Amino acid sequence: MAQMTMIQAITDAMRTELKNDENVLVFGEDVGQNGGVFRATEGLQKEFGEDRVFDTPLAESGIGGMSIGLALQGFRPVPEIQFFGFVFETMDAISGQMARYRYRSGGTRTMPITVRSPFGGGVHTPELHADSLEGLMAQQPGLKVVIPSNPYDAKGLLIQSIRDNDPVIFLEHMKLYRSFREEVPEEEYAIELGKAEVKREGKDVTLVAYGAMVHTALKAADELEENGVSAEVIDLRTVAPVDYETILESVKKTNRAVVLQEAQKQAGIAAAVVSEIQEKAILHLEAPVLRVAAPDTVYPFSQAETVWLPNHNDVVEKVNKVMNF
Amino acid sequence: MKRSLENIENQFEMFQILNEKGEIVNEDAMPELSDDDLKEIMRRMVYTRILDQRSIALNRQGRLGFYAPTAGQEASQLGSHYALEKEDFILPGYRDVPQLIWHGLPLYQAFLFSRGHFHGNQMPEGVNAVSPQIIIGAQITQAAGVGIGMKKRGKDAIAITYTGDGGASQGDFYEGINFAGAFNAQAVFVVQNNRYAISVPVEKQSAAQTIAQKAVAAGIEGIQVDGMDVLAVYAATKDARERAINGEGPTLIETLTYRYGPHTMAGDDPTRYRTEETDNEWEAKDPIVRFRTFLETKGLWSEEEENEVIEQAKEDVKAAIKKADEQPKQKVTELMDIMYEELPASLKEQREEYEAKESK
Repeated sequence: MAQMTMIQAITDAMRTELKNDENVLVFGEDVGQNGGVFRATEGLQKEFGEDRVFDTPLAESGIGGMSIGLALQGFRPVPEIQFFGFVFETMDAISGQMARYRYRSGGTRTMPITVRSPFGGGVHTPELHADSLEGLMAQQPGLKVVIPSNPYDAKGLLIQSIRDNDPVIFLEHMKLYRSFREEVPEEEYAIELGKAEVKREGKDVTLVAYGAMVHTALKAADELEENGVSAEVIDLRTVAPVDYETILESVKKTNRAVVLQEAQKQAGIAAAVVSEIQEKAILHLEAPVLRVAAPDTVYPFSQAETVWLPNHNDVVEKVNKVMNF
Repeated sequence: MKRSLENIENQFEMFQILNEKGEIVNEDAMPELSDDDLKEIMRRMVYTRILDQRSIALNRQGRLGFYAPTAGQEASQLGSHYALEKEDFILPGYRDVPQLIWHGLPLYQAFLFSRGHFHGNQMPEGVNAVSPQIIIGAQITQAAGVGIGMKKRGKDAIAITYTGDGGASQGDFYEGINFAGAFNAQAVFVVQNNRYAISVPVEKQSAAQTIAQKAVAAGIEGIQVDGMDVLAVYAATKDARERAINGEGPTLIETLTYRYGPHTMAGDDPTRYRTEETDNEWEAKDPIVRFRTFLETKGLWSEEEENEVIEQAKEDVKAAIKKADEQPKQKVTELMDIMYEELPASLKEQREEYEAKESK
């Protein structure tokens, strides 16, 4: 076992699949020679050659369309969108095209594409770098949306995403890239998509989170523990499709839930989770299911982002509300 | 100081082999085509013209759905297609159903596409194509990708994509030809400039004097061709195909053509934006009329032969409509099954609801 940061685990996953399957291609802006602006593809071009790991012209829609064309030729493209805020440039290629190809072709064509992209707040970027846009992606039938919260999951989920025969949007929270290291096996392993994980067991309230918010939830759970509240923390890992089974099982046990997302409150993953809980488990609930989410503004200028982003105090506050309902 | 636009029209002078009178005006460029090939090209153009007329009639009777008329564009569509091989991959726009049919899509499936039945989009095994693209230009970046993939695979084949003059205004057009150039993709981009993007004339699309010259900015070859001259379109496509396969790069082909009918059968009225005078001017350039004259001069074509093709087309349409009618109605549950390789739990739940709904 090796100690890896999340970005190292991501590189390791791509290296693993580049080795396993000659149809895997890794490309994007600054991905080749430079190894990516976050070094996610560090060393891969040197190891696998320019034919398989390469730089593209600076045009996200072109990258999306090229990925589709390569998939039509039997490749397994792993394009990078340099920052997920740039996805608007390639929304048609993703939502209008790759998500629909299997369906449009009457099930005769597949799009085994994994679009990797950094996102997430708290790292003082310029505009359109930090936005949490997973809700937009999750609303598009045909896509799977994966968001790891730690190095171990990042490797297993990325390997599985690349092997998946449907398009996967793989979102990497920038704040998690190098914030901590953990044990990551050097050998290959895959984590099934669409399966959540109980990160911490508890009996009084269920905290549902994904990405960086998993750590916010865990921090809140520690604090709540000191006050005698036992919180269970679920990491969704895949936000499309959501593993409702794990959530419902937990809520039926704790009878209370708070759902976290870094994205703005309107629509979004948390809203879907809350709906599903009330549809399937309303008689198990002792209190309304509350959300911790960012306000419905455009992602803030970086000087205001610390306050704008949901934090563990917000979670503790919401949990206290549902405990005292 | 040298101005870049000086003499631009001359640089992209329209390539023509067969003029409006059916005379060869560019003997040197005459492609190597046997008499059988020449007759086959004529058959395909006549057949496609009849298919278009029948499709319009069927649409008016409510027996076809979405349909974009093709008359006037036969030379552009079929001349370019005749230069292709089975291995070549077509990424068509929505008016480019004839190329799909001649590439191997059965006629009844083309009708099912028009009717909005998913079987119309299922290319039979070995038909290298995708169904017609609805988003203008989206197929262009994909064609670059297919052409890059072919190069990586070492295939002796090309990707060919079609769009119109409006399509050449889209960002994806520029990104597609630029990617193709940057990666030396085995790709050919055909812009059928039929002068109107629905109603907006090509003069309002761009200040560019030709669409072909847009190739220059991408560092690829560009050529403007008489899109009513099937020999010129064939020769230009054949040449572009060979160069692409030989690693000499992609090509942008602009064909100057005209659609006689409306944009689609969904209520477009061309008299709102085109004059009868313009219609007549272009109908005088008709691709079938001039090619017929050419073949007749060579003693290769007769009225009898033409009538045979017409009858064949009519019979085929009748049989294909019958087969399309026999196709089982598609179900929502079937569509759910083709969203993903494996049904996610939530969709499985919805599938059960719809199964109940559809069995009522």
